[in-house]
Amino acid sequence: MFDTLKMKLYQKKQYIPDIKNAPMRSQFRGLPVLDNSNCDKCGMCKGICPTGALNINPLSIDLSKCTLCGACKNICKNNSINFSSYYKLGVDKKEKLIVTEGLDSETYHKRAIEVRKEIYSIFNRSIKFRQVSAGGCNGCEMELNAAGNANFDMGRFGIDFVASPRHADGIVITGPITKNMAYALEDCYKSTPEPRIVVLCGACALSGGVFQEANEINREFLDKYKVDLYIPGCPVHPLTFINAVLDFIRKK
Amino acid sequence: MDYYIMKNNQRINLLDIPTVDFGVLRAQLAATNLRPVSFFGSDWGQNIKLFVVLADDEKGDLLVSSALVDKNVKEYESIAKDNHQYHMFEREFYEQFNIKPLAHPWLKPVRKNQDNYEFFEMEGEETHQVAVGPIHAGVIEPGHFRFMCQGEKVYNLEIMLGYQHRGVEDLMVKKPSNQLAESICGDSVIAYNMAYSQVMEELCGMEITLRAKLIRRIALEMERVAIHIGDLGAILGDIAYLMGKEVYGVTRTLVINTMLEISGSRFGRGLITVGGVNFDINNELSKKIVDTLDGVKNTVEKMTKVTLKSSTVMSRLEKTGNVSKEVAEELNLVGMIGRSCGINLDSRFDFCDEFYKDFERKSFKATNDAYSRFKIRYKEIIESILFIKKFLKKLQDCETEKLCVEKKDLIPNSFALSIVEGWRGELVHVATTDGEGRLSRYKIKDPSFNNWYGLSMAVRNNGISDFPLCNKGFDLSYCGFDL
Repeated sequence: MFDTLKMKLYQKKQYIPDIKNAPMRSQFRGLPVLDNSNCDKCGMCKGICPTGALNINPLSIDLSKCTLCGACKNICKNNSINFSSYYKLGVDKKEKLIVTEGLDSETYHKRAIEVRKEIYSIFNRSIKFRQVSAGGCNGCEMELNAAGNANFDMGRFGIDFVASPRHADGIVITGPITKNMAYALEDCYKSTPEPRIVVLCGACALSGGVFQEANEINREFLDKYKVDLYIPGCPVHPLTFINAVLDFIRKK
Repeated sequence: MDYYIMKNNQRINLLDIPTVDFGVLRAQLAATNLRPVSFFGSDWGQNIKLFVVLADDEKGDLLVSSALVDKNVKEYESIAKDNHQYHMFEREFYEQFNIKPLAHPWLKPVRKNQDNYEFFEMEGEETHQVAVGPIHAGVIEPGHFRFMCQGEKVYNLEIMLGYQHRGVEDLMVKKPSNQLAESICGDSVIAYNMAYSQVMEELCGMEITLRAKLIRRIALEMERVAIHIGDLGAILGDIAYLMGKEVYGVTRTLVINTMLEISGSRFGRGLITVGGVNFDINNELSKKIVDTLDGVKNTVEKMTKVTLKSSTVMSRLEKTGNVSKEVAEELNLVGMIGRSCGINLDSRFDFCDEFYKDFERKSFKATNDAYSRFKIRYKEIIESILFIKKFLKKLQDCETEKLCVEKKDLIPNSFALSIVEGWRGELVHVATTDGEGRLSRYKIKDPSFNNWYGLSMAVRNNGISDFPLCNKGFDLSYCGFDL
């Protein structure tokens, strides 16, 4: 027992105190910063983008498809595409994910998630999710697990993953939704009590990502049911996830 | 025997591969004691061509052979009947090409037709079934487990997968990209991307720089360190030793955040590309990596010492989930799990990677149980940290080299293969091109493809409450299996 206690002392405090303003390493690829002025419309970036997230006239990136791989930045000779380390990327409507020139992080974040009274009055202090991996590659799943570890510790804000959909307020979906998981996903959704919040996590869930053209995908679920929160990334960073959920359940 | 002998990471002419009669090949495979690393069909005009790759681990050779199967042939005598190592391969071949292996001992769906899956059932007093999944209690991937129990004791566990099936192999032919390769299995980003890039480089005849090769290997070992530390924590989490879980958890964060500093992604996405790497490791960063890893090593050593001193931990780990060496050999278990059962396979050393040549291959005293699976991870973490430091030192000798070389076109009628030792074990990527220089078939074999059956064996005769512990110890991939 004394060894264990010693280990505890050795570890010290590990949590991030202010999760809303947590510093991020500058290398992180977050919100894209676009610059039309030196763009010569060569189309190289559009050609190399694996998910078709880029449009060149005018330059724009659809974050619902973007895997933040940085291939476009590497190929661009004119330095028109850059990635900032801004990580609060979650939005409540898919249209808001399209990044155009001149969109700075403040503007992006301001319009990102609309405060809804019916949400914050109920879920202000606690929201429990059931996670469904529907073809997810285990990247987003590992990051969602990491969101609960001693560093990020989202449990202190009342955000948790629970074992049964019956105990959950909503579901978090990762992965492009495979044919084989379509039934189980819908079943899980129906087992969740109302109001059944739906959160999509990661480029695959948002648009199919790199699997858009795969044969074994069935995304009908998303046509049938309303989605409340879109969180882009590949995989989603724990800070992105926690901040998106906090913006969703709390008043600004 | 009629084989073409090749090495790892090599391109050969498709026409050089001998084509033998299907019956002859079958007899050869049933008789040989070399283990299969790849076994797949490919559309061949009106017919189907079956490719087989065997590994001679002692010599470091790979033996390739093939057989032309007429489209009208609808059945053949199963190989698995005589050699159990082919059991999964034949099931997959049957599902993809509808040629039935007769007298196959366990012919069930692999990734499709889950509604028609017939579970093995047991009857009797006090026997009962426990069905788990596809959606599990934790935040993990989907899969279905069916336990046949008597009381608390598990008699048989049957694992039905396929929920993650996205059609990756077809997509790889249609639209190959590094990003797709990374997303096949998101916990082995570097291993998958490295195997894919190596196959494509061989198919194009590209020779990448020494510096790029070193950076790739540094990333590969970093991935191994990170995931192994995370797994040590997860194993302890499953036996409710929460101190260990949290300490290993935050230590893993240090490693993946270092990866973020190298590549801009915590899992190393975007680092490797066909032709080399996208990011450099300069001297300053190199020093930082060494410092971080020293700290990590220190913490892991300390924590492991404290953990293994705890009697409650040891009583859960020891003699839980035993897989004997004989069973492991029969099932062809590979990688870290194989090594924890006493099978000394490691493709980094077996298939003669020039960068690992200088390292001593340390033996591991396997005890075949959950403790063995805990201990092997610890051993590999310490080993990998040593490798990374040596690679970083070597990196200083080739500072001026380019990171990425020019891309070339695919060479027609080629067959290329790459085996990478990811943290789970040997990952095999095989690709072929047609006469016009387009990809015609892409085949992936994850180590989990071999090892899932090992998990079934491990939980036999154990209490059902030990299943999470066994499962985490194996920590197999669902999406790498389902593709």
